[in-house]
Amino acid sequence: MDVLIYLVPMALLLGLSGLAAFLWSLKNGQYDDVQGAAVRVLSDDDLRK
Amino acid sequence: MSESLDLSIYVTRQGGGTAHLDLAVEGIDCAACIEDIEGGLCGLPGIVDARLNYTNHRLAVEWRDGALSPTQVVEELGRLGYRAHPFRAKLVEEEETRRAQWLLKCLAVAGFASMNIMLLAVAVWSGNVTDITPETRDFFHWLAALIALPAVAYAGQPFFQSAMNALRNRRTNMDVPIVIGILLALSVSVFETINSAEHTYFDSVVMLLFFLLCGRYLDQAMRRKTRAVASNLASFRAEVAHRIEDDGEVVLVPTAAVKAGDRVLVRPGERIAVDGVVLSGSSEVDESLVTGETTHRPVRAESQVYAGSMNDNGTLTLRVTAAGKGTLLDEVERLLENAAAAKSRYVQLADRVAKIYAPVVHTAAAVTAIAWIATGASVHDALLTAIAVLIITCPCALALAVPVVQVVASGALFRAGVFLNAGDAFERLAKVDTIVFDKTGTLTLPTMSVTNAGEVETSLLAAASRLALSSHHPLATAVAQLAQDRRPYDDVTEEPGRGVRAVVDGMEMRLGSPAFCDAEAIAEKAAATDPLASVIAFSWGERRSVLLVRQALRPDAVAIVRNLRERGFDCRILSGDRPEAVAPIAATLGIATWRGGCKPSDKIDALDALKAEGRKVLMVGDGLNDAPALAAAHVSLSPISAADLTQAHADAVFLGDRLQPVQDTIDIARRAHRLMRQNLGIALVYNLIAVPLAFLGFVTPLVAALAMSGSSTLVTLNALRARGRASEPRPEAAPSPIVPVTQGA
Repeated sequence: MDVLIYLVPMALLLGLSGLAAFLWSLKNGQYDDVQGAAVRVLSDDDLRK
Repeated sequence: MSESLDLSIYVTRQGGGTAHLDLAVEGIDCAACIEDIEGGLCGLPGIVDARLNYTNHRLAVEWRDGALSPTQVVEELGRLGYRAHPFRAKLVEEEETRRAQWLLKCLAVAGFASMNIMLLAVAVWSGNVTDITPETRDFFHWLAALIALPAVAYAGQPFFQSAMNALRNRRTNMDVPIVIGILLALSVSVFETINSAEHTYFDSVVMLLFFLLCGRYLDQAMRRKTRAVASNLASFRAEVAHRIEDDGEVVLVPTAAVKAGDRVLVRPGERIAVDGVVLSGSSEVDESLVTGETTHRPVRAESQVYAGSMNDNGTLTLRVTAAGKGTLLDEVERLLENAAAAKSRYVQLADRVAKIYAPVVHTAAAVTAIAWIATGASVHDALLTAIAVLIITCPCALALAVPVVQVVASGALFRAGVFLNAGDAFERLAKVDTIVFDKTGTLTLPTMSVTNAGEVETSLLAAASRLALSSHHPLATAVAQLAQDRRPYDDVTEEPGRGVRAVVDGMEMRLGSPAFCDAEAIAEKAAATDPLASVIAFSWGERRSVLLVRQALRPDAVAIVRNLRERGFDCRILSGDRPEAVAPIAATLGIATWRGGCKPSDKIDALDALKAEGRKVLMVGDGLNDAPALAAAHVSLSPISAADLTQAHADAVFLGDRLQPVQDTIDIARRAHRLMRQNLGIALVYNLIAVPLAFLGFVTPLVAALAMSGSSTLVTLNALRARGRASEPRPEAAPSPIVPVTQGA
């Protein structure tokens, strides 16, 4: 059961990094225009430039 | 628009020499609009960035300062086919956005913590029935405590704050038992961890928090969406005024840019956009949207005029007064203060339940502890069981029972074209038995329309309405609505105070007063059939015709009022207009109890009398004079065309030309209220089963987790029924386009 000493903190770390990523994306304004993000995927404005 | 609007007041300067403008854009309906607008604007020289928010239909534009004027941006958008209105976010909206973000952060933290603690908890539960060593279990419990304590401290803030506020005001709400439950469960779990016991409740606590935060966040999101649409609509009204500069030059500016003391020019046929005192000029004003009175009031120098009135036939120069300085406004303001103070604070259903609930639960826990000690158990076991009772009854389902229904039902209202201002309005709406309508602008449309269009020869009507396009007179505007061919005639001359004329195919055409058109004889005959209508005459060569213009009922008013009366609602009219003008409307609608000539204070007196009879009154009104009555009524509705102050005091605002939303609102509110009670019933049944189990000591953390998530899910699923079938059998449900009040430009 000694493996738990490494595995559990690692699981926690992974969870924390997920949380950090979410908080970063929230701060970054990625949830400000949820519907827009869904339709912007379809636009091909990157091809023209 | 021949003159350009000066929008510089809406522009904010940013660092790095860029200017920034926020616009609310009308007519966005598909994904291609994003490309159209952003691509189109970026074609303008000097634009740094244009970004459209597709969710709330707002556009943020940035350009190099000095390279462009904001008007050019709006005109370019107009050329692309979109009407854009400068927009300034209200403080309330920014506050709500911040709060929503904060709730989302709390939700994320609670979500993270509950996942990880559940991971540890499931391991302990399965280990307890197999071969987990006490050391491993302690290690897991300590880890869970390490995650749960900071997570609860952070994610629990919304509940701690709300509970503290309630306690400070010597009230209780649902958050008080929640906070007590959470804190007790946490401390007992820490205590058990220190003593290396088998059971801890960290998982239950964090999961409870996660569920509750879901409910709070959804509630907040719905309210924010409603508010965003409502403030877009407010900016679509785009009121403008002609300000007279010190050098005598007249510029068109948004009313937001007009300050008290400025001089403003109001031309015939324009809506007065500000409160003010007349400096020079004389005219008649139509104040029907302000006071409900349909007879025009003559004004001259020193007269007070109010925003929302229509200037009829003369040019006025006004000095702008600060809001709340006029006699009418003073009275309205004073009455509003009284109404708000007198309105006994309505105690929400959930809080009423909480008031009974908290003492009952806490007594049950105490009884449990005493009973266990009395039957010979140790104090430790007795306390543990008592706390298990508190945890299992922690009102998870109860706290979701009401808010989730509110979220789903306000979504249903939103689709019916009704925006809720007050979250607790459902409960009050569901109890309504008497409906009091204002007449002008509420039962009738806010704009005038032609009543005898069917009796006029078609070719004459077509010509008259096309000629009317060239006039600014309010009566002509009503006639112009009938025009099929929207191209105005060439070379039309307007004779102020008389009418417009043009020569078409060699024959002279005139539209205006009966004398101007030489049609006094038929005008008198027509006026006799409908004494309340205004008469506008039309001549084309030798042919003469007369059009009657008056305020018409909303298209479905008769059907809706009949339907409401048949369902047992007592419908009444309280109008500020003359009794002679109210009587025919009341007769058409079949409303027996009506009063005309009501001052704002009369309306409040009438409502108080109804209240004294024990009736629950829904007030529907739009005028400035209705604002105190709306605040005083049990619950209130107003159309979107209402004065700003009035809308602010209504519990909900409805869109469109129809009265249907009034009926929908009541239906949806009644269904929502029924579901709220059902949900509270479910929560009660859950407690009736869970409490005896906890009392007997059967509730392990596993049982608590299952019971909590089970009851929450059940309540949420039941709440989804509030979306209801009402949205289906309504083919005409699409809110009819709102007619923006943009006169004056």
